[in-house]
Amino acid sequence: MTLLSEMNQKALDLGVPLSAHLDLTYRCNERCVHCYLDHDDHGEMTTAEIADLLVQLADAGVFFLSLSGGEVFMRRDLFEIIEKARQLRFNVKVKTNGVMIGKGEAARLRRLGVEQIQISVYSHRPEVHDAITKLPGSLARTIRAIRFLKSEGLKVSVSNVVMNANLADQSGVMMLARELGAEYTLDPTITPKLDGDRSILALRIPGAELRQIFHNPELVGNVEEFCAAPPPPGEEIMEGFACSAGHTACYISPYGDVFPCVQFPLPSGNVRRQRFLDIWRHSPQLREVRSIRAKDLPTCSTCAHVGTCTRCPGLAYMEGNMRGPSTADCEKSFLRTGIASANMLARGYTGAAGTLIQIQPLADLSYLGTGQESGFLAAGGV
Amino acid sequence: MAERYIARGLEVAARMLGDEMMVMSTTDSTFFTLNAVATVIWEAADGRTPLSEIVAIKICKEFDVDQERAQRGADRFVDELSQHGILLVSEHPLVQSSTSPESR
Repeated sequence: MTLLSEMNQKALDLGVPLSAHLDLTYRCNERCVHCYLDHDDHGEMTTAEIADLLVQLADAGVFFLSLSGGEVFMRRDLFEIIEKARQLRFNVKVKTNGVMIGKGEAARLRRLGVEQIQISVYSHRPEVHDAITKLPGSLARTIRAIRFLKSEGLKVSVSNVVMNANLADQSGVMMLARELGAEYTLDPTITPKLDGDRSILALRIPGAELRQIFHNPELVGNVEEFCAAPPPPGEEIMEGFACSAGHTACYISPYGDVFPCVQFPLPSGNVRRQRFLDIWRHSPQLREVRSIRAKDLPTCSTCAHVGTCTRCPGLAYMEGNMRGPSTADCEKSFLRTGIASANMLARGYTGAAGTLIQIQPLADLSYLGTGQESGFLAAGGV
Repeated sequence: MAERYIARGLEVAARMLGDEMMVMSTTDSTFFTLNAVATVIWEAADGRTPLSEIVAIKICKEFDVDQERAQRGADRFVDELSQHGILLVSEHPLVQSSTSPESR
């Protein structure tokens, strides 16, 4: 167990929200074809409201703070917000398309001690990337931003959302990231729009293609291990939780709405009406999410994949039942291992591969695998 | 050894989690957890108080440990964290805010 996973377990035991994802705005200067947001301002939190929220989050114990959007640089007060967050000693990660980052912005992010910048890149070819973002010249500006950020010594992660339109360019983006000195994360997640429109799901890559991704050692490491049949689940698995959503992590929208996760649109409170900690501790919705163990899942508890599936309770919720299967993850488990899930069998699976659509962003694992750790201070210290 | 003054680095993330302090360098992503004694030193690292005074007043008295042993441990701790910029060390006082927002 790594030191950080020990801290995750401790946060879980103590009921502490170790990480928070805060969207500062849904406005954006790009119009990506797969985006699940609208791009209007329906009453974003003010600078003062966000500053107050940051103090509350620090008091609640939040350590990892992801600032995202929309495009965060659409907020004129972005640096003021980051400065406040860094004064409060958050570990700050910024997600952006990079289009508005010049030399000065990169230097300022470095001075403020931002730990990581995650930048979306869809292709190494402008005609593909710009067609997805619908912003001419966006790839060139994004690459320029990455170069500025790297020249400042910042850690940059290239996030490559993969869909039908850019699947062929996945290895090109990976090579581009390598050339730029950035980390690379693959993300085939396409989710329904917040207004319920599911039309963008047609952009998801087909299962056969995702099967290839799962069997690519450059992306998954040890293929044999990654694609191994699941072991029989023990009691620990059946008493366990799906993921950190609502347990040690939460999402807050630009309007102050609190959710278990950005991918779990279960309204759980609003920081404009309640203190964050009151929502975190007492929201009936979050309490319900926390109450669910693997053994409580009607279909998934009977599934061979219950201990290894990346079942997303948020996607299950969007399918109508947070205790139900997340079909995309069922299919993913199947494509990874070749073993049909209980949900697929219940739906009359006959052997034809379905469409695989969702994978846990690899970027989320970056904290567990990077940097050095020192146990001596934890073990004994001075 | 000359007197040493310590201050919390600027490129550091930190937060209390239960009885431990988590600290992470934002430049090299090194992650540490500090036990109760190390946390006391961290919180006292205001850049103005000599390390020996921190050890004598905050560590020896509060944790019932002899000065020599505590000083040795504190020196090792300071050396380790200063390598990652988590603590700044100087033979002269350093200017820094005395507040420690991570342990509010």
